[in-house]
Amino acid sequence: MGKIIAGIGTSHVPSIGVVYDQGRTREPDWKPLFDSYTPVKDWLKEIKPDVAIVVYNDHGGDFFFDKYPTFAVGAAETYPVGDEGWGRRPLPDFPGDTDFSWHLCNELVYNEFDITVCQEMAVEHGFMVPMHLCFDHDPDWPVKVVPVAVNVIQHPLPTALRCWKFGQAIRKAVASYPKDTKVVILGTGGMSHQLNGARFGYLNTDFDNDFLDKIEADPMKLTELTHQQIMEDAGAEAVELIMWLTMRGALDGPVRRVHRNYYAPMTTGMGLIALEEAS
Amino acid sequence: MTKQVDPDRPIEDTKIFDSEQTQLGYRLNKFAMSMVKADNREAFLADEEACLAAADLTDEERQLIRDRDWRAIMDDHGGNIYMIMKIGAVIGVGLYQIGAHQRGQTYEEFLATRNAAGAR
Repeated sequence: MGKIIAGIGTSHVPSIGVVYDQGRTREPDWKPLFDSYTPVKDWLKEIKPDVAIVVYNDHGGDFFFDKYPTFAVGAAETYPVGDEGWGRRPLPDFPGDTDFSWHLCNELVYNEFDITVCQEMAVEHGFMVPMHLCFDHDPDWPVKVVPVAVNVIQHPLPTALRCWKFGQAIRKAVASYPKDTKVVILGTGGMSHQLNGARFGYLNTDFDNDFLDKIEADPMKLTELTHQQIMEDAGAEAVELIMWLTMRGALDGPVRRVHRNYYAPMTTGMGLIALEEAS
Repeated sequence: MTKQVDPDRPIEDTKIFDSEQTQLGYRLNKFAMSMVKADNREAFLADEEACLAAADLTDEERQLIRDRDWRAIMDDHGGNIYMIMKIGAVIGVGLYQIGAHQRGQTYEEFLATRNAAGAR
């Protein structure tokens, strides 16, 4: 049977990808960020998930506003590295698992999540940065992936509670998968940041640390947040954080924290939390 | 129903990318999105005027791009930062430079406000 064995919340700041590609991860202002992922990488090597479900938002990597899905799920054999305007990054393409993906899509729709099914889907920084922060690729990725794209950029966005319920539906779908499959789910984006207007660069480290506390211990409280509250307190683009609730909704009951980190060097609170079920 | 976005509580110096903004900025954002194709980036660099002339943009929008007026594009013309930064990518203007312009600061002034500006 399928089983969700771990959940990770992580930022997906694009500059992390640039620095990674340029081999600048040991620079003093970057080292604290990259070092903080080492325990998570090591832990994932131990627990060896078969599949990574990555919940992220597309920033114009493959989707545009002509058709911008609220929830989209990948069902491809391979997910190519997209070109976001800077050229293709030097990363291997990502292997899919069509059998697992189609099971997920079927179950989600029959559980009243009317997702867009994508048989071709190029992935971008929102997906790729968390992947290379959490996994080595030597030369290929050690897990199969399911990209799950959520609209958190063009309002109306799904509510925080809806994202949580989406995670619960993912959990149910995974549990009914007939093959023995270990799944890690990543909720990505945020934390506090704003990229538009004269408020560009706004950060709120208190909000971010409180969010990290609650995503672990009191996630239902976070499902009450409106987009307005998140944008007021943490910046307009911080609404990405509702995708962490999909990750948390896919975990059941109390959780054990494996690792946590927070670093806010430039314009985005870069958060990391790694959780597993307490049982 | 709880209001997810409350028009009675505007957030200072902030544009929420909603139905109004995405309609207003559609042409500019679509043009910016076209820069994910290498051919279009090369065409822009080779002959910006020809590229702008061929694009579905108003004359005012063409001028905003010529002027690299990021602040006006974002504040008054429905620019979406994730799209607009693709124009910047073609001409070597990064997100933080676009951000500094939106704040009305030089790049150096903006960097001085950060906790660890080497992380860029």
